[in-house]
Amino acid sequence: MKALIRLLAIIRKELRQLRRDRLTFGMIVGIPIIQILLFGYAINTDVRNLVAAVADQSDTHLSRQFIAELGQTQVLDLGRAAAGPEELERWLRDGSISVGVLIPPDFDRRVLDPGRPAAHLLVDGADPTILGVANQLAFMPLAFDTGKASRPARTLEVRPYYNPERRTAINIVPGLIGIILTLTMSLFTAVAIVRERERGNLELLINTPVSTLELMLGKIAPYVVIGLIQLALILIVGRLLFDVPTRGSIVELYMAAAVFIIANLALGLLLSTVARTQFQAMQMTIFFLLPSILLSGFMFPFAGMPPFAQWLGELLPNTHFIRLTRGIMLREARLAELLPEVYALLAFTLVAMAGAVRRFSRRLD
Amino acid sequence: MTAADDRAISARGLTKSFGELVAVSHLDLDVPRSRIYGFLGPNGSGKSTTIRMLCGLLTPSSGRARVLGLDVPVDAAALKPRIGYMTQRFSLYEDLTSEENLEFIADIYAFDRQRRKRRIAEVLERYDLTDQRRQFAGTLSGGQKQRLALACAVLHRPELLLLDEPTSAVDPKTRRDFWGKLFELAEAGTTILVSTHYMDEAERCHRLAILDRGVKVADGAPSELKASTGMTVVEVSGDDPYAAQRALSGHAEVVSVTQLGVRLRILIPDSVPRALELVRAALSGAGVRAEAEIVPASLEDVFVAVTQNGRRREARA
Ligand SMILES: Nc1ncnc2c1ncn2[C@@H]1O[C@H](COP(=O)(O)OP(=O)(O)O)[C@@H](O)[C@H]1O
Ligand SMILES: [Mg+2]
Repeated sequence: MKALIRLLAIIRKELRQLRRDRLTFGMIVGIPIIQILLFGYAINTDVRNLVAAVADQSDTHLSRQFIAELGQTQVLDLGRAAAGPEELERWLRDGSISVGVLIPPDFDRRVLDPGRPAAHLLVDGADPTILGVANQLAFMPLAFDTGKASRPARTLEVRPYYNPERRTAINIVPGLIGIILTLTMSLFTAVAIVRERERGNLELLINTPVSTLELMLGKIAPYVVIGLIQLALILIVGRLLFDVPTRGSIVELYMAAAVFIIANLALGLLLSTVARTQFQAMQMTIFFLLPSILLSGFMFPFAGMPPFAQWLGELLPNTHFIRLTRGIMLREARLAELLPEVYALLAFTLVAMAGAVRRFSRRLD
Repeated sequence: MTAADDRAISARGLTKSFGELVAVSHLDLDVPRSRIYGFLGPNGSGKSTTIRMLCGLLTPSSGRARVLGLDVPVDAAALKPRIGYMTQRFSLYEDLTSEENLEFIADIYAFDRQRRKRRIAEVLERYDLTDQRRQFAGTLSGGQKQRLALACAVLHRPELLLLDEPTSAVDPKTRRDFWGKLFELAEAGTTILVSTHYMDEAERCHRLAILDRGVKVADGAPSELKASTGMTVVEVSGDDPYAAQRALSGHAEVVSVTQLGVRLRILIPDSVPRALELVRAALSGAGVRAEAEIVPASLEDVFVAVTQNGRRREARA
C-alpha cells in the first residue's frame, strides 16, 4: 500500500514535470513526425528519372528505336546527347549525369550476336542503388524485332507479395516505428534519471524511504503511455501520407509495441546508471541506436548479414520488434505466430531491468 | 546501545578517503539528543562528507557510526524514515510549485490524505510560505528556497535533522529567522546537526565540533571552547594597524595576528608569561603607538588557535 502511494507519487511528479518541459514535450511529438517524413520521402529505393546521357555512335534506325525504349522505362532521363565515350566519362566524373549509355558503331551487328553486349551502360558505381538499377536494365528484353529471337528470355518472374507496387514506404514505416521508439524511449528515461542526479534531486530522494524499484517503475510508467501515443502518431502519418496499411490486428500491434517500449525503457534505466551527465546519456543512446538501424534488418536484409552481425542483431530489441511489426502490419500475422520475438523482448527487459536495479546505487560512492 | 543512551549520534574513528585524499580522518563524535550540534569548518574541511556518512550516503573507509541506535551504513534503510536531510545544494524540484514539492515528499513518506493536507498547511504556515504555495520552487528567493527545503526535511517529523550549510546563500536577517526555527525544533525534541562556516551561527549551537582539513581539532560548548583556548588574546588598537601588524607578525611567540578593522587580535600561548608586556614591548620597539589590552577569546579566536596549533604541529613534525 505504501509502496503504491510512493509509486503513484513518482508517476504524478514525472507527469507534472513533463507537462512543463516544453522541449521534451516537443520531442515526443516532433521526433516521430520529422523522422517519418525524412525517412518516408528521402529513402526511396524505387529509382526514377536518373539523369543520363547517350552517345550514339551508330545512329541507325535500330539504335534510335532502342534509345526510345530506354526512355519509356522512365528509369533514365535521357535528356542529353554526348559526342562520344570521352564526353560521357567526363560528365560522369563531374557528377552531371549518373548513367551514360554508349551505343557502339556496330550496334546493329552486335544485337544479333548473343555472345557480345549490344551496348554499354557507364554507371557511377559509387552509388549501390544506381548500380542495382543498371544491373536490372542490362537484362531489359529488347522488344523490337531483330529478325532473330536470340535474346535470352527471363527464366524467373518476381512477384512481390505484400507490397506488389514495390513501394518503399511500406517497407520503411513498420521498421521506422522501432527506430523512433528505440531513440525516444531510451533517451527520455536515461536523461530523466541523469538529470535528477545532476540537479541534486537524487541525493534527497535516496535519503527517503523510496525503494530503487519504486523509483524506476515510477520513472518509466509515464513513458509507456507516451510511447504508445508516438506509435499512434506514426501510424496515422504513415497512413495519411504514405498509405501504409495495418493489415493485422491493431490491438496485437499495440501489445507488441508495449512490450518493446518497456524493453527500451529498461535499457534507458540501465544507461542512466552508467552515464554521469545528460550529454553522456545522449551519446550512449545514439551509440545503441546505430546498430539498431544497421543490424536489425531495417536497412539491410537480415539473412544477408554475416553470422557475427546476425548474432549481434539478435541481441537488439529492434530486430525482434521489426519482425513483429512487419509481420502484423503487412503479412497479417497473429501475435501467437510470432511469440519467440515477444519472448526475446521480455528476456531483454528482464536482463536490462535487473542490471539497472543492481547498478543503481543508493549511495554516492 | 541501550534506550537510555542519550546520544543521537556516536562515531568512533570515522574516516573517508577519496583515493589519495583523506576527506575525513579518524573522527570521534558524540551528539546529544534534542540539541543543536554544529560543525564549524572552512570549505573542504569534510563537513558534507561527514554528514553524508552519517545518513548512509557514503560508506566510511574505516571507523563506525551509530545514528539513532542504528549502525550506518548497514542499517541505513531503517534509518531513512527517522531522519530529515537538507542537502547543501537546493535539491527540490524547481519545476514544481512549493505545494507540489511538499505533496510529493508527503507521498514519499506515505502520509494518508488527512495527515498530508493538515501537515502541509501547517508547515506552509510555520515556514511562512503560504503566499508562495503556487509559485515554482525555482523562482523562490534564497530565503524562501531555504525555508521550503527545511519544511520538506521536517515534514515527516524526523527525530534527527541533518542540515548541510543551510544558510550559505541567504542574508543575515533571514539567517537569524532561520535559527529561530531551528531552536523551536530543538525545543520540541528534534536533534539537529548543522554545518556552517559562520562564527555567529556556531556561537548559537549547544555544542560544536571544529573541523580542519578533515580532522576534528576541538569540540565542546562554545563557552567551554572559548575558556580553554590555551591562548591569551591581546587586542591592539592604534592609528596605524599595518605598522602594528608588521611589528608583531614576525614575533616568535605570536601565534597569529588577525586584523578586524582598525584593531588587531594577537594570540599568544598561555605558556608565554606576561603576554601583554611582550606585545607592548614589541610595539614600542618598532616605534608604533597603539593601545593593547587583554580581552576574552571569541569563537573566531578559538578557531584560529586550534587550526594554527594543527599547522604548527605539522610544521614541527
Ligand atoms: N565524491 C568525492 N570525490 C572526491 N573528492 C571528494 C568527494 N567529495 C568530497 N571530496 C573532497 O573531500 C574534501 C571534503 O569535502 P566536503 O566534505 O565537501 O567539505 P565541506 O563540506 O566541509 O566543504 C574536499 O577536499 C573535497 O574536494
Ligand atoms: Mg559542504
